[in-house]
Amino acid sequence: MNNQRRTVLKSGSGAALLGMLAAAGIITPGMALADWNKAAFDAKSMADTLKALGVAGTTDSKDVQVTGPDIAENGAVVPVGVASTLPNVTMVAILIEKNPNALAASFVLPEGTEANVQTRVKMGQTSNIYALVKSDGKFFMATKEIKVTLGGCGG
Amino acid sequence: MIRRLMKTLVGAAVLAAFAGGVVAQDSKVADELAKYREALADGNPADLLEVKGEGLWAEKRGPKNASLEKCDLGQGPGKLEGAYAALPKYFKDTNKVMDVESRLVHCMVTLQGFTQAEVTKQWFSRPGKESDIEALVTFIGAKSNGMKINAPATHPEEARMAKMGEYIFYRRSGPQDFSCSICHGQEGKRIRLQELGNLTTKEGAGFAMKTWPSYRVSQGAVWTMQRRLIDCMRQARWPEPAYLADSIVALETYLQKTATGTVMETPGIKR
Amino acid sequence: MGNPMKIRAASKDGVTEVKVLVSHEMETGQRKDAAGAIVPAWFITELVAKHGDKVVLTSDFGPSVSKNPYLAFKFKGGAKGEKVTVTWKDNKGDSRTDEAAIN
Repeated sequence: MNNQRRTVLKSGSGAALLGMLAAAGIITPGMALADWNKAAFDAKSMADTLKALGVAGTTDSKDVQVTGPDIAENGAVVPVGVASTLPNVTMVAILIEKNPNALAASFVLPEGTEANVQTRVKMGQTSNIYALVKSDGKFFMATKEIKVTLGGCGG
Repeated sequence: MIRRLMKTLVGAAVLAAFAGGVVAQDSKVADELAKYREALADGNPADLLEVKGEGLWAEKRGPKNASLEKCDLGQGPGKLEGAYAALPKYFKDTNKVMDVESRLVHCMVTLQGFTQAEVTKQWFSRPGKESDIEALVTFIGAKSNGMKINAPATHPEEARMAKMGEYIFYRRSGPQDFSCSICHGQEGKRIRLQELGNLTTKEGAGFAMKTWPSYRVSQGAVWTMQRRLIDCMRQARWPEPAYLADSIVALETYLQKTATGTVMETPGIKR
Repeated sequence: MGNPMKIRAASKDGVTEVKVLVSHEMETGQRKDAAGAIVPAWFITELVAKHGDKVVLTSDFGPSVSKNPYLAFKFKGGAKGEKVTVTWKDNKGDSRTDEAAIN
């Protein structure tokens, strides 16, 4: 479905075409509005992911925080959060270096939404988690290592 | 036999030496794990199932097109508050000690007209296959949240079941000659990072029983007490009992009796 | 269609905190079933939260977001009784919308 949509979008342009496709039931209006970045989610390495997200360069920043436990009892559910005190944050993303695909989630923050998002991710193994933040058009990063233990039996 | 014993002793010595290095880091690890569990507690996916269970309880279903609102879980028809905390219990109408799951299945059969096979076919969920029982038990359990476990097994039939449960708890069996009590009969035991509760004390049994049903993050599903105990037996390499087997109800009766007085905190969330 | 989401929204000192729990398998597409066949990927790709008509968060998820996704965020404004609406779509084209009143 997504592949098909992308091919169609590449070969044509303009609202008229989108309208036609929507009318034909190929895409719903909602789907056409949002733009799930397949290239970024398919990218494997950190470098390729950043490239697909259109990030040319990043600066490490103490004003970006990755929150989460130092140790996660189970890699299937790891609570992580990104917070930043930088001004005009319009986007944040969570990347997991050692996952098969680094990008876990990205968020677009309209004006009025705070740069403070929490979610839960899967981690295949112990890894650095990166928070990417776009502030005033520039990209900033912070990192934290989370150890994953898969434990024994019980519960 | 002697060779096997030697192997065990050497293994124990290695373990003891290894544990020395681990102990120093224990408290830090425990703190971090506590942080992890705390972060999961707010927003327990079991809450989704609780909502679903509430809907299923009131929905007219089955050949008799009836809801479960007249189901008597031991506190009178339709009375859910505190029902979970007071089970297993002896029921006159079936002349049996029943836990929440056997009683729920009984209601679905008698009130809604399902066959037992239909009801128990999906007694636990698999990816893409939801279980009504899991949802209903989560909902029923939550109706006892904040209440004290009150299953002292005073009725002679309940006392008999508790006794049987205690017997099973200590009985060594299976290819590994294992019993529940080997892992869960002493303080301060653990398997890798998992602390093992001592289920023979009120504190230990209470800590275990108050949080079920519980969302298990490793399984991505809510587990009921039946599933928990049946899987314990599998892990002990025992033959797995059938769902709703008397042996499981007996173990529950013993554990709930020991845990009586502990305040329920359900649905829980666990590794 | 899926099962209902659980949405909690609470306003305090002019800021509304939203917590969302979504019922979804979030299958990665990398797991094999008992027969050794790959279990196809099935995950939420987009999740949009609105306060009234205004979008307050757009999220793009990959399959490494956990099963039964959880999301918490804060936006300025929002008064008690006003609506927060959350819509998700998955890679199979399924979608669902639920709403909650701000507390």
